[in-house]
Amino acid sequence: MPKDGGIGASTLRREDIRFLTGKGRYTADINLRGQAFACFLRSEVAHGRIRSIDTSAAEEMPGVLAVMTGEDFTEVGGNPTGWLVQSRDGATMKEPKRPVLAHGKVRHVGDAYALVVAETYEQAKDACEAIEADIEELPAIVDMAAAVADTTNRVHDECDDNVVFDWGWIEENRAAVDAAFETAPHVTTLELVNNRLSPNAMEPRASIGDFDSGTGDYKLYTTSQNPHLTRLLISAFVMGIPENKLTVIAPDVGGGFGSKIYHYGEEAAVLAASKRLDRPVKWVCDRSEAFLSDAHGRDHVTKIQLATDMEGNFLAVRTETLANMGAYLSNFATCTPTFLHGTLMAGPYKTPHVYVNVKAVMTNTVPVDAYRGAGRPEATYSLERVIDKAADELGIDPWEIRRKNFIDPDQFPYTTPVGLVYDTGNYHATMDKLRELSDVAGFEARATESAAKGKLRGFGLSTWIEACGIAPSNLVGVLGCRVGLYDAATIRVNATGNISVLVGAHSHGQGHETVFAQLIAEKLGVDAKSVEIVHGDTSKIPFGMGTYGSRSLAVCGSAMMKAADKIIDKGKKIAAHMLEAAEGDIEFNDGSFSVAGTDRQKSFAEIAFSAYVPHNYPLETLEPGLEETAFYDPANFTYPAGAYGCEVEVDPETGGVDIVRFTCADDFGNVINPMIVAGQVHGGVAQGIGQALLEGVVYNEDGQLLTGSYMDYAMPRADDVPNFTVDHSCVTPCTHNPLGAKGCGEAGAIGTPPAVVNAVIDALHRAGHRHITHIDMPLTPSRVWTAMHG
Amino acid sequence: MHDFELVKPASVAEAVAALGAEGAQALSGGQTLLPSMKQRLAAPERLVSLGDIAEMKGVCLGDRGLAVGGATPHAVVAREAKAHYPALAWLAGEIGDPSVRARGTIGGSLANNDPAACYPAAALGSGATIVTDRREIAADAFFQGLFTTALEEGEIITSVHFPIPEKAAYMKFAQPASRFALVGVFVAKFADGVRVAITGAGEDGVFRWTEAEAALGADFRPEAVEGLALSAGGMLGDMHGAPAYRANLVKVLTRRAVAAA
Amino acid sequence: MKVTMTVNGKAMSAETEGRTLLSSFLREGLGLTGTHVGCDTTQCGACTVHVDGQPVKSCTVLAQDVAGRSVTTIEGMANKDGSLSVIQQAFQDHHGLQCGFCTPGMVMISAALLSEKPNPTEEEVRHYLKGNICRCTGYHNIVKAVMAASGADSQKLAAE
Ligand SMILES: Cc1cc2nc3c(=O)[nH]c(=O)nc-3n(C[C@H](O)[C@H](O)[C@H](O)COP(=O)(O)OP(=O)(O)OC[C@H]3O[C@@H](n4cnc5c(N)ncnc54)[C@H](O)[C@@H]3O)c2cc1C
Ligand code: FES
Ligand code: FES
Repeated sequence: MPKDGGIGASTLRREDIRFLTGKGRYTADINLRGQAFACFLRSEVAHGRIRSIDTSAAEEMPGVLAVMTGEDFTEVGGNPTGWLVQSRDGATMKEPKRPVLAHGKVRHVGDAYALVVAETYEQAKDACEAIEADIEELPAIVDMAAAVADTTNRVHDECDDNVVFDWGWIEENRAAVDAAFETAPHVTTLELVNNRLSPNAMEPRASIGDFDSGTGDYKLYTTSQNPHLTRLLISAFVMGIPENKLTVIAPDVGGGFGSKIYHYGEEAAVLAASKRLDRPVKWVCDRSEAFLSDAHGRDHVTKIQLATDMEGNFLAVRTETLANMGAYLSNFATCTPTFLHGTLMAGPYKTPHVYVNVKAVMTNTVPVDAYRGAGRPEATYSLERVIDKAADELGIDPWEIRRKNFIDPDQFPYTTPVGLVYDTGNYHATMDKLRELSDVAGFEARATESAAKGKLRGFGLSTWIEACGIAPSNLVGVLGCRVGLYDAATIRVNATGNISVLVGAHSHGQGHETVFAQLIAEKLGVDAKSVEIVHGDTSKIPFGMGTYGSRSLAVCGSAMMKAADKIIDKGKKIAAHMLEAAEGDIEFNDGSFSVAGTDRQKSFAEIAFSAYVPHNYPLETLEPGLEETAFYDPANFTYPAGAYGCEVEVDPETGGVDIVRFTCADDFGNVINPMIVAGQVHGGVAQGIGQALLEGVVYNEDGQLLTGSYMDYAMPRADDVPNFTVDHSCVTPCTHNPLGAKGCGEAGAIGTPPAVVNAVIDALHRAGHRHITHIDMPLTPSRVWTAMHG
Repeated sequence: MHDFELVKPASVAEAVAALGAEGAQALSGGQTLLPSMKQRLAAPERLVSLGDIAEMKGVCLGDRGLAVGGATPHAVVAREAKAHYPALAWLAGEIGDPSVRARGTIGGSLANNDPAACYPAAALGSGATIVTDRREIAADAFFQGLFTTALEEGEIITSVHFPIPEKAAYMKFAQPASRFALVGVFVAKFADGVRVAITGAGEDGVFRWTEAEAALGADFRPEAVEGLALSAGGMLGDMHGAPAYRANLVKVLTRRAVAAA
Repeated sequence: MKVTMTVNGKAMSAETEGRTLLSSFLREGLGLTGTHVGCDTTQCGACTVHVDGQPVKSCTVLAQDVAGRSVTTIEGMANKDGSLSVIQQAFQDHHGLQCGFCTPGMVMISAALLSEKPNPTEEEVRHYLKGNICRCTGYHNIVKAVMAASGADSQKLAAE
């Protein structure tokens, strides 16, 4: 039994109380004295040259305080990309500029090119309508293949062929991979699209810029998953405000899923406007605006090939992908289809030869960046789909073909042909668990029941692995990352023994305030209720790289453990002095410091008190106070993995797909709070179901967004998803972080889409539609019906 | 949204008078009008709220069938029409979600005549009479194309009279995002014939599928529509379904509606 | 203009423009920021409140159109002594929220369901909640919470 409030307990979330009573404090809830409101004017054309912008009428409108355009930002820098990827030929990628407001050209529908600040939001919006812009419409570049083929029409002049890079992973292995294909007894080929998604955190983005002309300090309240990174980007690249003059505060944040990792131009714009007006300036994004301006996710067009022998042993994998970057390079955009995708193309399998080629393409669409899973769902989907197709072609059971190619438990640490070293795992175990939980034996009976209702039942399997807990800074540095990816924590033990933990990770649904307190409570042997987690304010927290890539626990949690070790070390010194014993004889157990082999002890609170009221204290050798900071830079990624099973019913008359069972067996390493882990999986699975069946961003050939609201972009609703069976009892602890934790935030979004699609294809095959080998996501009723009857 | 003046008349006569002003528009549940004003797609200068007009609310059984007040919310119809006209009540209870049903009204829905709306199928499929402040309009003459009706400027739907069929059912296949009808089929069997009204599918909005009416009039069984060919010509097509797909749904849902009736 | 209504049992008023929506009236006029705005097409339900006991999407109701009526928001849902009401407590007990943004709307719509139908089936819960979007939870634990609040045996409700 885990201790109440400690590691392994499903402690209820303390943050829930404020959210359940309407006391959460999200950016849009904050109102500063004297604030004005900003509204952005966004391009209605996908591609156009700005001939002139006449703001004079707008400036005369009631309540208008300022109108700004791209001209006002020519002196400041631009929003950079965080990763510089190298092309196959060794050339460094192209990095087209991304200004705060569009200047010279607009490059996608929704590209902001002017900003009005007024006394009220409606006045600002009214005035936006009065801005007269003369924009010469240029042909829109929407389709990636066309963008690559026609280089006379360019999104950016700096990117002369619309291709940012042409990446080969690992280029040196290419010849060997091709050779393996030459001689392979069987090759399965699949062309597929990983559909573009809109992240749709339910809280729309919002920012408030607050410049203090008395001190010259800037404050930015913003919907961010990583306030320190935002501060760094604004300071070092965009506006040149020194970091010690800029505070970024991300208060309660209503979900992120990647879309709030990045720095957006609106953040810089409200800071600049606040300085100009010497008043706080607030901007709250509408949902329609969010569809046009929040970074999208996925959008790969891929050809994957799997070479096997006739028994289904994998010999080689080869992929070619066009990855859509959209109109500008968002902060992580170049890393997602490369280092978060290519490096995962081995999956949990011992395929000896793997080669991945990715071309990143600019188009006149909203920028694309990491969305829950980021690159790993794309890799997993390609691989798990082609494996099912190969199994079908070879007449091998989908469970069997996977099992025979798994890396075996005794092969760890395992070096993959795509550059990763998996530290630990047991893929057979999660697969066995899945088989047990998904009642394979009962399937035929359920299929018969479905048939009686006129429905086709199918089962789909997928396995997944991801590299998360990103990441070792030296490794990502070699790969082109411009920042480090450690995290930091400060533990401040206050004089009366309660504890503030200042963490770099940001919580926007993950429950850090509860889970991190559990960790500290267990480690320091104190009551979790006396531990307070502080996050989201750069003026309070030493540093941090934020929350994404399932990294909070593995990286920031580890930093906390290191800081706690320092606290214990110092506590031992204090205790040794107080107890008049040698430091080496002091033991720390369950919240008290004692002299080994005696009953002489000091409680944690007594030690803390003495550190702050150092009357009886080794002042000659030790500073007063009890506060320690640690930075943790992981030695490797972590590699959670799992197996998912999906059962569907297809209505052959309408093409409608119902998910009737969904089962997950995951290995997340050690689990701190099982309730929260299950919740993370549920959410990820629902997003995976969304991608597989419902969601997809659609542009027409003019670059107009056809899915610009919930009227056309289908979000998973309560009646679209079933109850889920989730299990995380298979545990192979991570070998290189102090918690043995691997990360669970993205699992569902990674493992789910192929399981769903495999299930639908299976249902169709069982019903005799053997010619259908693939349907592109989302598998809407109309697409499924058309595949069957078209 | 742009600013406007709101007036809240207490009677139909006052409402009609208030609607006489330049730029005035009726506001009922607001579940269509307010979103379009928020998007600045509509900018009336004066809104005439129908919400306080008691004579426009409620459901009651009369000699001309079921009378539903023009400002009656969907939730009320779902509850109060159940005993008299279950298919109509069921349709009302499947519109949007509980919050939308608490506000949105039958008059607003019919006046708006969204090609994917549900009520037009019930009105046309029942052969309802739309009663306004100045006249009565047969459903067959009321719907005149996408978002277009026989209503004149400032004319208000005060009630709708539904003849009650022997049997009826509505089948809705939801558009996955909006949950409006991708296709909806209302089938009603009267002593003197069958009416089949289709929403969501037609390029010109709601329409009657006369071949199916004839076939079902002769033989009111699902099999009766089996042999009918429904052309994809004239069907709506968009990312949620091509014309051929919608044509298929019309047939499948018609069969299912007959089976459920 | 001045608009007055009863909010969470107390008469409250604020000066507003005629075009003010109920959601803005509550958030900006009265400072009750628990009611959230997650979309502009009346689809997400984050703004759900009760007007005279009925659920409505407050982003699609004019404040002045409900002047004089009785409005309940998330801020009025706790018990008199400040403790969580049965529904709120069930959301915490079953981890029915993550980022908390959809939560006020979810609690309000669930309360409306349970007053309309005290013992709903799981399917009825999912159907009733379909106008409220949650991006975090996958709905599993929300449904579980609502069922538990209705008195159903939560152990039997849903697979873990
Ligand atoms: C999330 C959501 C989901 C929905 N789902 C569905 C669905 O599944 N099926 C469906 O059918 N509908 C659906 N709707 C639309 C809903 O039914 C609306 O309530 C309805 O279309 C309009 O009714 P209203 O009373 O809200 O009208 P309003 O929005 O007030 O008005 C709409 C139009 O009708 C005019 N008008 C209003 N009342 C009258 C009257 N009595 N006489 C003359 N003109 C009048 C107005 O001037 C305006 O032009 C949905 C709406 C939303 C927001
Ligand atoms: S904010 Fe009201 S429904 Fe989305
Ligand atoms: S808890 Fe985040 S949207 Fe529901």
